[in-house]
Amino acid sequence: MASLHYREIDGRSGAYAALLAALGALVLAGLAAAWTMEHQGHHITGMTNRIVWGLPHVFAVFLIVAASGALNVASIASVFGRELYKPLARLSGLLAVTLLAGGLAVLVLDLGRPERLIVAMTHYNFKSIFAWNIFLYTGFFALVAVYLWTMFERRMNRHSARLGLAAFVWRLVLTTGTGSIFGFLVAREAYDSALLAPLFIVMSFSFGLAIFVLVLMAACRWTGRPLGDAVLERLRKLLGVFAAAVLYFVAVYHLTSLYMTRQHEVERFFLWDGGIYTALFWLGQVLIGGIVPLALLFGTASRRALAAAALAVILGGIAQVYVLIIGGQAYPQLMFPGKDVSSSFFDGVVASYAPSLPEAALAVGGVALALVLTALALKVLPFLPRSLADGELAA
Amino acid sequence: MNPDRRQLLRWGAAAAAGAALAPGFRLIELAQARSPQEAASRLQRWGLLIDITKCGECDACVTACGEENGWTGHGRAETDPQWIRTVHLRDRRTGYAQTLPLMCQHCEHPPCVDVCPTGASFKRADGIVLVDKHTCIGCRYCVMACPYGARSFVHEAVSGQKPDVPRGKGTVESCTLCVHRVDRGETPACVEACNRDGGGAMAFGDLNDASSTIHRRLVNEPSSQIRADLALNTGVRYQGL
Repeated sequence: MASLHYREIDGRSGAYAALLAALGALVLAGLAAAWTMEHQGHHITGMTNRIVWGLPHVFAVFLIVAASGALNVASIASVFGRELYKPLARLSGLLAVTLLAGGLAVLVLDLGRPERLIVAMTHYNFKSIFAWNIFLYTGFFALVAVYLWTMFERRMNRHSARLGLAAFVWRLVLTTGTGSIFGFLVAREAYDSALLAPLFIVMSFSFGLAIFVLVLMAACRWTGRPLGDAVLERLRKLLGVFAAAVLYFVAVYHLTSLYMTRQHEVERFFLWDGGIYTALFWLGQVLIGGIVPLALLFGTASRRALAAAALAVILGGIAQVYVLIIGGQAYPQLMFPGKDVSSSFFDGVVASYAPSLPEAALAVGGVALALVLTALALKVLPFLPRSLADGELAA
Repeated sequence: MNPDRRQLLRWGAAAAAGAALAPGFRLIELAQARSPQEAASRLQRWGLLIDITKCGECDACVTACGEENGWTGHGRAETDPQWIRTVHLRDRRTGYAQTLPLMCQHCEHPPCVDVCPTGASFKRADGIVLVDKHTCIGCRYCVMACPYGARSFVHEAVSGQKPDVPRGKGTVESCTLCVHRVDRGETPACVEACNRDGGGAMAFGDLNDASSTIHRRLVNEPSSQIRADLALNTGVRYQGL
C-alpha cells in the first residue's frame, strides 16, 4: 500500500476523444435546450401549473443525491480506516464534485429566471430549505476540494482523516437538506414526512455507489488498469446492503402511510391505481431498482452481474425520484375532504405530464456534464491508481 | 357695546376657533388614511368573507380579476395563469353540489413565504401576501408549498401589462388582493364585481377593525377556513362550506 502509485489517464486515444465529443455534444444540446426554454418560456416544456417541477428536477435531484453518496468510498477509507478503500478515495471525491456540478447546473438552468442566480446568492430567507441548500452545496464543493487536496499533497496527508470526517458529516447534513425539500411540504399528501430525510440518505448511499462502481470499472477497463476481485467483492456486498436498505426505508415509508386512514387514497394512487406512477413504482423502483440488483449481487459473483446490478440501481433510482417528484405533484391536493372537486385549474384530478424534448435534453445534459468533467479531470490529475490488482492492494 | 356689535364679535370668535381647530380635525382624518409613501400597518389585516350559499353559476369575480390584473391567457389551460378560479364541489355521499371562488388565502403563516429562498414571497404588515417580481428567481418552490394551488408560474412572455400590476415571464404570481386598489382605499375587483354583477357573495374589509362589517359578521356568524387543520389563519374566510 505504501508504494501505491497514481497516474493520469493517457487520454490520447481516439476512443477517449470520441467519448469527450459525444458527452460534449450532449452538454451542448442541454445548453441549447436551456437557452430555448429561457427565451420561449416554460410553456414549451411538459411542465404546467400543476406539475411545476418536471424531468430536469428528477435528474437534478438524482445527481445531487448520488453526489453525496459517491463520497462514501472516500469516507470509508478515511473516517472508518478501511485501507482497502484508500486507493479509491480520490475518484470518490472527484465523482462527488462532478455529479453535484451536473445536478446543480440542471437545477439552475431550469429556473424561470436563471440569470438571477446572483439574487439567490445575495438575498436569503433562512427559513427556506432552498436557502440552506445553497450553503450546503457550495460548502460541499469547498470541503471536498480541500479534502482532495489533502489526499494529493503528501505534506497534507496527515489532515486527510479529519477533513474526511468533516466532509462525511457535511454530506449527511446535505442529503438531509435535499430530502427535507420534500419532507417539509405540509401541503402535499405524498410528501410531508420526516422519513424522507433518512430515505434520501440511504438512496444516496446506493445511487452514489452504483455510479462509482460503473465509472471505476469503465475507467480501469478503458485505460487497461488491473482491477482486482478483492475491491470489487467489497463493493458488491456494500451495494447489496445499500440497495436493501433503500427497499427497507421505502417499505417503512409506505407502511406508515398505509396505517393512517387519511393517507389511504394517496397510497392507493401510488401502489394500486396510479397508472404510470404505480407501474414505475413496482416495475422501476421496486423490481429493477431493488429486487433485480439484490438477486444479481447476492446470486452471482461475476463482474458482469455487478455492472448490471449497478445499472439497475441507477435506472430504478431515477424511477424512484420520478415517482416521488412527478407523482407527488400529479396526485391532487386535498382541500375538501369527502368531496369531488373540479375546476378550470385541474383541481381534484390527477395532473397529466409528458416531458418534452427540451427538458429531456437539459436533464441528460446534466448527466453528460458530470461525466465529461470526470473524464477531463482523470486526464489532468492522477485520480486513479496505476493498478488495483489484488496483490498490490494486499501488500 | 351695542347688541349687533356683540353678535358680530361672537360670530367672529366662533369662526376663528373653527378656523384654528378644523385643520386639526382634518389632520386626524389624514393621519388615519395611508399615504402612498407610508408602509402598510400591522394594525390592519385585510381579508375576504365569502358566503358560498350566494355563489351561483357566474364567473363575475374571475373575469373582473383577469381584466383588472391583466392575466388573461393564451388559450393553453395547463400553463395559463389563474389568480382566482371557480371550484365545483360535490359531496361523495349525498351528491350535494356547491360552487366557490378560490384564490390566495393570504395566510397569517404562509407556507409560500417560508420556503422562498430569496424572500421574494413575502407578507405585508397588513396581511397581504405578495411576490416581489424583482427577486423571484422562478424556482417554483412556493407553488409546491401552497396548500391551495393558488399560485401560477408565468410560462410565456407577457404583453399588455397593467401599470399597477407588474408581471414577468419566469416568475410566480398569485392574487394580490388587488393591493393597488386597497392602497387607494378601494375594494378588490372580484368583490366589486360580485356585488355588482354576481350574487353579492363576497365581502372585503379589515378583520382587525371592530367597527367593520366583515369583523362584525365573523364575530356573529359561523365561518370556516379551507384546510384549517394546517393552522395557517387564512385571511380569506368562507360561509356555507
